[in-house]
Formats: sequence, structure tokens, C-alpha cells
Amino acid sequence: MASLAPTFGRGAMTNTWQDIKNANLVVVMGGNAAEAHPCGFKWVIEAKIENGAKLVVVDPRFTRTASVADYYAPIRPGTDIAFLSGVIRYLLENEKIQREYVRAYTNASLIVKEGYGFEDGLFSGYDHEKGQYEKSTWDYELDEQGFAKVDDTWEHPRSVMALLRKHVARYTPEMVSRICGTPQDKFLHICELIAETSAPDKAMTSLFALGWTQHSVGSQNIRTMAMVQLLLGNIGVAGGGMNALRGHSNIQGLTDVGLLSNQMPGYMTLPKDSEVTFDDYMKTRQFKPLRPNQTSYWQNYKKFFVSFQKSMFGDAATAENNWAYDWLPKLDVPLYDIIKAFEMMNHGQMNGYICQGFNPQQAFPDRGKIRRGLSKLKFLVTMDPLDTETSRFWENFGPQNPADSAAIQTEVFQLPTTCFAEENGSLVNSARWLQWHWKAADAPGQAMSDIWIMSGIFHRMRELYRTEGGVFPDPILNLTWNYTDPTDPDPEELAKDMNGRARADLTDPSGAVVKKGGQLLDGFAQLSDDGTTESGCWIFSGCWTDKGNQMARRDATDPRDQGIAPQWAWAWPANRRILYNRASADVAGNPWNPAKPIIQWDGAKWIGIDVPDYGPTVKPSESVGPFIMNVEGVGRLFARDQMVEGPFPEHYEPLESPAINVLHPKVQSNPAVRVFADDRADFGTPSEFPYVATTYRLTEHFHYWTKHARINAILQPQEFVEIGEALAQEKGIAQGSWVRVRSKRGFIVCKAYVTKRIKPLTVDGKPTHVIGVPLHWGFTGQARKGYGANTLTPSVGDANTQTPEFKAFLVNVESVNGPEA
Amino acid sequence: MDLTRRGFIKLTGASLATSSLSALGFGGSGAALAEAVRPFKLTHAKETRNTCTYCSVACGILIYTLGDGAKNARSDIIHIEGDPDHPVNRGTLCPKGSALLDIVHAPTRLQVPKYRAPGSSEFKEVSWDWALNRIARLMKDDRDKNFIAKNAQGTTVNRWLTTGMLAASASSSETSYLTWKVARSFGMLVFDNQARV
Repeated sequence: MASLAPTFGRGAMTNTWQDIKNANLVVVMGGNAAEAHPCGFKWVIEAKIENGAKLVVVDPRFTRTASVADYYAPIRPGTDIAFLSGVIRYLLENEKIQREYVRAYTNASLIVKEGYGFEDGLFSGYDHEKGQYEKSTWDYELDEQGFAKVDDTWEHPRSVMALLRKHVARYTPEMVSRICGTPQDKFLHICELIAETSAPDKAMTSLFALGWTQHSVGSQNIRTMAMVQLLLGNIGVAGGGMNALRGHSNIQGLTDVGLLSNQMPGYMTLPKDSEVTFDDYMKTRQFKPLRPNQTSYWQNYKKFFVSFQKSMFGDAATAENNWAYDWLPKLDVPLYDIIKAFEMMNHGQMNGYICQGFNPQQAFPDRGKIRRGLSKLKFLVTMDPLDTETSRFWENFGPQNPADSAAIQTEVFQLPTTCFAEENGSLVNSARWLQWHWKAADAPGQAMSDIWIMSGIFHRMRELYRTEGGVFPDPILNLTWNYTDPTDPDPEELAKDMNGRARADLTDPSGAVVKKGGQLLDGFAQLSDDGTTESGCWIFSGCWTDKGNQMARRDATDPRDQGIAPQWAWAWPANRRILYNRASADVAGNPWNPAKPIIQWDGAKWIGIDVPDYGPTVKPSESVGPFIMNVEGVGRLFARDQMVEGPFPEHYEPLESPAINVLHPKVQSNPAVRVFADDRADFGTPSEFPYVATTYRLTEHFHYWTKHARINAILQPQEFVEIGEALAQEKGIAQGSWVRVRSKRGFIVCKAYVTKRIKPLTVDGKPTHVIGVPLHWGFTGQARKGYGANTLTPSVGDANTQTPEFKAFLVNVESVNGPEA
Repeated sequence: MDLTRRGFIKLTGASLATSSLSALGFGGSGAALAEAVRPFKLTHAKETRNTCTYCSVACGILIYTLGDGAKNARSDIIHIEGDPDHPVNRGTLCPKGSALLDIVHAPTRLQVPKYRAPGSSEFKEVSWDWALNRIARLMKDDRDKNFIAKNAQGTTVNRWLTTGMLAASASSSETSYLTWKVARSFGMLVFDNQARV
């Protein structure tokens, strides 16, 4: 969520699933909720039926979401920024923004430094050699007190609003249509529908998923819509928001707990090489407010950090050793992401890899490269309930996995694990709810939990370091491990670790003891930076208190039936269900939409159905902004230095594209993207691969898991691609016949489904065909053997997150004879 | 009477046991009806609240198991359905969630640890102890050989790049927290999960 955090301060879905019913307009773009999130999508139908909402879908395919839409428009894959920048231009030109909201709750009025600029596709500060920006000009002009200067009239030529107007001026309806292939009339009709929600009491919700993230400009796709929503005053309100529909049951949780190369729990970050000392590290994490009276909650970073280190290392983390700062690994590059990991493997720079419930052989781009990389490892450990392709990458399954077993020297361990039904624990859903679940039965055979396996590896490693010595054993020998059964810690104990506890008696200003040493904390407000508290994941603090397991709560009571259900499970932060809910009320504290208030000022305190963003007695007159994690306290239309490719979004073509970037032909694709040389050599050109391909899920399948489940394998047994009627006719491809789809990286042979749902688009005057590639097949499980969509996809990621560009690449297609039965 | 569907099943279960449905307002006909109805199989099952393992809607589910939890009785999951009390899914499940029973009992569920030796074309069954000892040995040898304590500038960096890990986005937050602790205590940086995709 490297797009929402730079804009709003937190990288998570803003509202709840049920809150979608409060929307007046639902825009599904960059996702297909009806098929990928069916039971959440019912709230869209509820909005249509009960609230008179309109549903708009913009997608390359006429999806099942589109089939129940009030209005549908097609778009070429990889051009969403152009479409949405055109929407912004429309809103500004036609005065369809919620001015009071924009003035008070966004950085529209802030003045940007002299020196900032944008010309011919590049922002100021570009280093052509490094392919990176020096971003110092992407910031505000500050006054003597260090606060950002402001022009509330937006007349200053360097006010964010003036710069934004100038930036989007190029995205006329003609230009949008030329780039996206969306007919102008359809684009303009959608602009009109969106513009209606600029009324203070009208809300639009944006529902999106991997259709936006899986692009080389993925983060900026999302940011562009986040900006639209800020301009319309749709963030923080009922029925509004940026609702990132996350794909896996605990993908939000694993992000929250920081299981990403550069992350620590609670969105803290690991140190870089340049942050030599703890003081250096803290210097870049001061988060001094850039406007008067702002919360800038990250000012408490040191409290979260010290409490975390105490949770990790207990008494061994002391003020004297800088809370064991040196025991954390430092990064010499921004990320060791998965694309980089497989690049390293292919160059013989990695020896071991552990895949816990993750199947990169199918799930990562360029399957051939993945197999070659795994083949160069000394050892591979897989931990999974299912027989994955990754664990069998070395086995010859014919054209779907042409491995030469004898030549592959990798030792492979296939470890059987429990599944959801066989363990206790919590999962964080898309709406940040931590829901506890309970074990229903024992696992089959000798399968064991991931907790038991990870503990088993850890104890053996620690024992080896104790007996043999070895390199830098300190963090291993000092890791806190206070569990009743050290070989198999209880999930309950781990949950309490994350919540945190007092390590000494905590007192209030009067000296009264608030918490006794050892007691569980009530929330992160009790954390301190002097070593007297510990918490493994500060944003989860409050999930398991002295009152018990808050995540196990199952009271579905819903005040005013507004879709909050505040006593069902527990939500981070602080059980807040709608993020930035302060923005649901105007500057004086009165709700923008009196029919659906979330919180409001009653003259003495904030009251309402949700936990307010900040203290309940902070007066509206103090002008404390709703975006408390941002140093400005407001939402960012201008992202400062938070994005690698620019403070405003700009349309760049996918790395494989059928079209020239008509805005700036010299800067065709994202100038800050990272491409490894051998991957670049594997990009195809439109002359050889003339068709745009995009990958997606089917409603009957979940990734590469459900082909192991009988009913799902029966429902969708056979690998296929979707081809529009026009292209099928042109290529002589009959309904249900065999085709070979090729990219520069490989080919798949599968069935063709000829459909009316994909129609050719006219892009810059030329007809452009799109081929749909559902992703679910492989060579293990009960469905028919298949290749998998990622045989075709390119190994390049979003410039900020390195999320692979699965949604827009080039292929060719031809009719072939079927494989011999 | 305000009854949730769950309550209804519980109540009918209890009532069937006493051959009376009068609590439900069925009056005198209740006893006869109860005797005529084959006892509903789920009334004998243990009900456990859980969450669907697939997408992030996080639908509430009810898992029904046979087996009373006695020490020597192995419980068996016989049915999974949507939790009607859940505020988001309200009892519904999608084509994936409806088939959860089939993933729990998939014929390709792994049962025992297996090992594939270099150059081999097959897996062999091994014991947990053997597998974990071997993994720890390989990891420690690699870490000791390739750990980077200081970079070229002499800065303490304490990182281990030659072994990496992918964590599981369907595992619990508790599992992920323990995984984080272990991986980072070794100094791992090549460390990601499906959120990267």
C-alpha cells in the first residue's frame, strides 16, 4: 500500500465492507469484486437497492462486476493514470470539487519550493545515469518557524492546487481517449457521475485490487484515485474511502507485522547502511509537524521502536547498547524483494530459500526464470498444507515443467503444515479487523503448525551457535522466548506479545500506578521510550488487554445500522473502523452528511459511532487535521518525496506496450523503474507480440490452491484464455479450440474461450486487441495439468513496491492442434 | 421469539434430545414431529468459529466436527458453512468458500515430511527430526560462511543475504510475528510475503 500511506498516512483500506452500502456511487476500477470478493460485493448490491447507488465499472473486460453495473466503459490495460488524471482535470475545470473540504483537509493550499518542475515527462531532479530522482525540490517552501507556507486562495502559482491544475491540463477527453481507447462520450459520462459526489452529503467509494497494483505504475494508479477522492471530499465519510480489497486472508496482517524486506512490525522500517548509528536512524524519523497544532503521530516513533526491541530482546536491549540497534540487519538497497531474490538466485548469489505457504514457481513472473533460479540453490525448504509446484520444481512434468532432475543439485525439503481449520489465531481482514479463529480438528498425518516448525528450526540453530559458536550469534542467543512450551508457543502468548505489557510499574503524572509491571497494556498510548514497556506490534496494542482477547469478540451490534459493528472483533488502530473519520465533519465539527454522521462535536467532545482519530476533547478550533500520521495533518494531493517517480502521478506506458507514449515519446515508461539487464532482454516488441495480455482470477478459483479442491477443480478444470470475437475471427480461432499464446519469455498451450466480453479498442487511431489470461493452473492438484499464466509475464515491478507487472504485457496467439491425449 | 439460525439449530438439538419442540412454540404437535424427523447430523457435531482462508473479506465460517474432543478420539471435519451472525458475509459463502471442506480434505494435503536429494528424481519420506536437523545445519553453515557483519565502509550492517524466505499471507498474525522474530534474528533481508504481489 505504498500509495495510500504517502497520501493519507496509513496504507490500508479506509472503511469497512458493510459501509459500502452507504455509498451513492461505487466505482470499481482496477478490480473485479463480484468475482474476486463475492461476499463483500454484496454490499455494493445493498447500496444499489437500499441507497439508490450507481455502480460504474471501468475494465478492459466486461466482467461479472460490469454485468451488474449501471455504466461500463472499457479501458486499455495500463492506462488508468491517464483516465483518472482526465477525471481530475474535469473536476477542476468544472468546479466540481468540495472546496471547503479540500481547503481544510488537503495540502492544496501549501506552497511548493522553487525549483520544482515537470517537463517532457520528467520531474525536476532526474539522474539519467542512475535512473532515479534526486527529490529535494519535491517539497514545501517553509517559513521561519519551519512550517509550510500557505495560500488559501490557491492563486500562488506554486500552490499545490495551481501546480495540479497545470499538471493535469494535458489530460483532455481527447487525450484520455487516445491513450486509453475509452470512447470520449463514455469517459465524460463517468466524469459527470463522479462529479456529483462533490456535494458534501454525497459519497463515492472506490473499490480496487490487484488490477491497479500489478503495474510498473501500480502505486501511482491508486494515488491518482486517492487524489480524486480527496478533491471530492470522500475520505473519512460514510460510504466513501479508498477501499483496497486485499487478496489473501491475512495479507493485511503480514503487512502490519512487517514481513516485507525493509519493514518492521507496525510500519516501522529497518535501518539503511547510511544510518550508521541509532542517532542517525532516529534523525530521519523525527516527524516534526509541518503545520501548527498537528498531531504527526509518528513523533512517537522512538516509543514504538524501543518497546519493540524490548519485546524482541528483553533485558538485553538497553539504553547503553542503543536498544540493540546493531542487532537489526541494515539495507544497502531499498529492497530485497522477490524479483530481486530470483535475480540473485539466477546469478548464483543465493544458496537457501524457505517458502512458507507461498508458491513462487506459479505465482511469480517468468516461470522459466523462477525454475532456473530454484535450480541453482543448495537447498529449498517448503512449508505448506498442499503439494505445491514450487516443492516439485525439479521434477519433469513435460512441457508444463520441463525440468532435468538429474542436473538439479538442490536439496528440497517438503514440510507438511496445518491449515486454517487446524489452528487458533487471528487474521487481519481488508478492513483491518483482527478476527480470532479457533481450531476445529487435528491436522492430517504428521503435519505440524508453522509455529512449531519455525520454533524447531530456531532452537536447532540456537543450539548449534551455543555449542559450536559461529558468526554474530548475539541476536539469536538473546532473542526473547518466554513461552510455556518453547518448542510450540501458543498463539495466545504471541498475541499478548504483540499487544505489549508493562515491564515496570507505570505511573500517571500524579504518581498513581496505572499498570503494574507485567500487566498487559490497554493501548499504544501507554508505550514509552525508556524501556519500561514492550510491544511486538504497536498498532495491534489494545487487541489483547486485561479485559481479555478483544479479537474474539462476537457482538454484531451495529449502532444506527450504519455498517460499523464496533464490538465485532477488534480493528487497528485503537478499534477505529473508519480511518480519518474526523474528515466526516466540517471544520466546526458538524457532519457533512447529517443523515450519516460518524463523529461530531457536541460542544465539549467528539461523539458518534466510531473511535475518533484523536483525543475526544480536542476542540475543532484547534484545527488539528484528520490525517494524523502526516506531518502536515492533511491529505496529500502533492506527495512530496514519498513516491519514487514523482509527487504527482503521470501516465507512463507499461514496459511492454503496443503504443508510443503520446504525451512524451522520449519518456515511454516509468523513468524510475528498476529493470535487470537480462529481464530487459526478455521484453517483447509489438511487431512480434502485437496483443495486450492481462492476467486475472476466476470466481471459482483461488490462485493455485483450489485446483487441489475437488469441487473447484470440477467447476473450472481446464486452462484457457479469453479472446474477443474480432481477434478470433482474424486468427481463425474457433470456440473451444486449442491455441498457443506466446510472449518473449515462453508459451502456454490451452483452450480458447471466444467471448463478446472483450472488444478491440482504438488506441491512438489503431485497433488494439486484449487477451485475458486466467491464472489458476499448474502441474499439481486435481484440475487438468496446465502451464500457469506466469509462464508469459515479464519480470519487472512497480517502481515503488516491485509488485510485478502482471496486468499489461505483450503476447501473440495462434491456433494449434491439441496435445495428444 | 428472536432466534438466530445458530440458536435455532442449538435449540432444536437440545429439544430433540428431550423429544419436545414446545420451546419453539410448536405446541403439542412438537413431540410427534420430533420423533418423525431424523436427528439432524449437525446437532451431534461440535461447532467451531473460524474464518475463510481465501480472500480478505474474511467471511465468518462455522466448522462442524465429529468427535467429542476425548483424548483418544480423532475429530473429523464433516461440514463447513457461512456464519449467519457474521456482520459482513451474513452466512453466505462464494464458490471457493463453499468448497472449503474439499481443501481441508484434499487428496494432495501433505501428510509427512519429505526430502529430495541432489540430482534425484523422487521424494523420500524422512522424520521431522532428521529434516529439521539437516535444515538447521545447512542454514548455519551458509550463515557462518556468508554473513556480512560490516560493509566496505566499515559500518556494522549484520545482514545475511544468501538465504531468504517467503512468508505466508494465509498464516495467522501470531505465526507471522514468530516468523519475523526468527528470520530477523538470523539477519535475513531477502524476506517477503504475498503482499509483494
